[in-house]
Amino acid sequence: MLDIIDLNIEFHDHLMPETVVRHFNLHMDPGEIVGLVGESGSGKSMTALAVAGLLSRHDMKKTGKILFEGTDLLSCDRALLRRLQGNRISMIFQEPMTSLNPVYRIGWQVEEPLRIHHPELDAKERRARAMRLLEEVELSDPERIYRSYPHQISGGQRQRVMIAAAMICEPELLIADEPTTALDVTVQAQIVKLLQRINKEKHTAILFISHDLSLVRRFCSRVVVMQGGNIVESGPMEDVFEHPAQPYTRRLIAAIPVVRKKGGPTWRRKF
Amino acid sequence: MKKKHSKNLMIGAWLTGIMLALILVGFFWTPYDPETMDSTAKLSGVSLSHLMGCDNFGRDIFSRVLKGGGTTLLVALGTVGIGAACGVVLGAFTGYFGGVLDELLMRANDVLFAFPSILLALVFVTLIGSGTWNVIIALGIAFIPSFARIVRGEFIRCKNMDYVKSARLAGVGHLRIMFVHILPNTLPVLLSAILIGFNNAVLAEAGMSYLGIGVQPPQASLGRMLSEAQTYLFSAPGFALFPGIFLILLVLGFSLLGEGVKDMGRR
Repeated sequence: MLDIIDLNIEFHDHLMPETVVRHFNLHMDPGEIVGLVGESGSGKSMTALAVAGLLSRHDMKKTGKILFEGTDLLSCDRALLRRLQGNRISMIFQEPMTSLNPVYRIGWQVEEPLRIHHPELDAKERRARAMRLLEEVELSDPERIYRSYPHQISGGQRQRVMIAAAMICEPELLIADEPTTALDVTVQAQIVKLLQRINKEKHTAILFISHDLSLVRRFCSRVVVMQGGNIVESGPMEDVFEHPAQPYTRRLIAAIPVVRKKGGPTWRRKF
Repeated sequence: MKKKHSKNLMIGAWLTGIMLALILVGFFWTPYDPETMDSTAKLSGVSLSHLMGCDNFGRDIFSRVLKGGGTTLLVALGTVGIGAACGVVLGAFTGYFGGVLDELLMRANDVLFAFPSILLALVFVTLIGSGTWNVIIALGIAFIPSFARIVRGEFIRCKNMDYVKSARLAGVGHLRIMFVHILPNTLPVLLSAILIGFNNAVLAEAGMSYLGIGVQPPQASLGRMLSEAQTYLFSAPGFALFPGIFLILLVLGFSLLGEGVKDMGRR
């Protein structure tokens, strides 16, 4: 479904050109969950933005191919890209506080992708679909949420709203750029569970970007580890975790917090 | 949700409301015909039959203030309308897209900005002639740069917000992002700019009429009346005083309203 072939991203807005992503290759099948991990500045978010088609700035050079079901997102024309965005590829961000427009009600914002991609639906049908989505992301009292403004609901609720808006056109690919980082731990677990359920029920592939290895381990079937713009390691989750080939990966795994019981065996947090 | 309105907003709203009501009344009814001269009442002072006295032609000042306030208001509305509409479009495009177009337009803007808007308006009036509508067009054009600048700043602030990013990700087109997603977020700033601009427009109209290139006689406007009154400052102080007070109250009301809206946006 998604094939990224030899993606390079280079910034040209400083005196020296700066490469933020080098020789990036990735293949994703429909319905698969792939984790993309690495420290901040490792280029994982840049890759995600490129896949989402958001890197259109002029002072930036992109080479390689991002094939989404055969369409190269880097070279296809704007109109085609826009038809894919929000409809078949969508994305959720790290910061649910700022990713909702403060002047519109939640319902309006969840319906916005429908207005763009399905203009044939009337207001009633849009509302029905938005309400269904708000229920599917397990928001209690969706009626009230539908009528609320972003500042009236909590961070966890906002992230659920973002997921609802991202899923309303039933995309094949959902890019989640550190969707849980800004949330507290219990809400994190709920959101991850929700994403897992969505993946199972709607068969939506998820590219899950995180620096939290324990989350990725629990959640993804495959993992790609990035450092300094390069892929240092990739493969099925268990392989990478049980037999990390690179010292960087080993260090990352060693950084996962460990729970020790006094006198008992040592557990790695497995949730 | 409870909102505490600031004192500025309350007083401003009341004052503006009263002034607008008076002007509205003036559109339909005035105690005397504002342009009928009565040579027996020339420069008469305050009396029951002429609430604010009469001017040098014996016209009722109260009637002329009401009508003149209306003219001034019309000019101000037109001016702000033209200035804000063009300014919003210009500011939105330059702020949102940036780049060469932005640089060019903003430098042109800076050049226009360097001249006082009243001077610009004077130039336009000498080019296209005087008269109420021409004054509106001239002042409107002169007001565009300040609005464009304010809106551009707001668009630059908003365009990097995550909600704009997520709108783009949802496949929303540029125009819709600019005018549906971003523009409402600039309203607190834009609204107070409009109210302040409105004030400036009232004053600019008065100034231009005072200089004799604005509204042409016998039509009344507040500035026109002040200009006509200046020779009679000592013999008939009410002639200048009442239009002046009316002008001050009108401007004060809008100033307070503008401040109040600004406070609301800050909270």
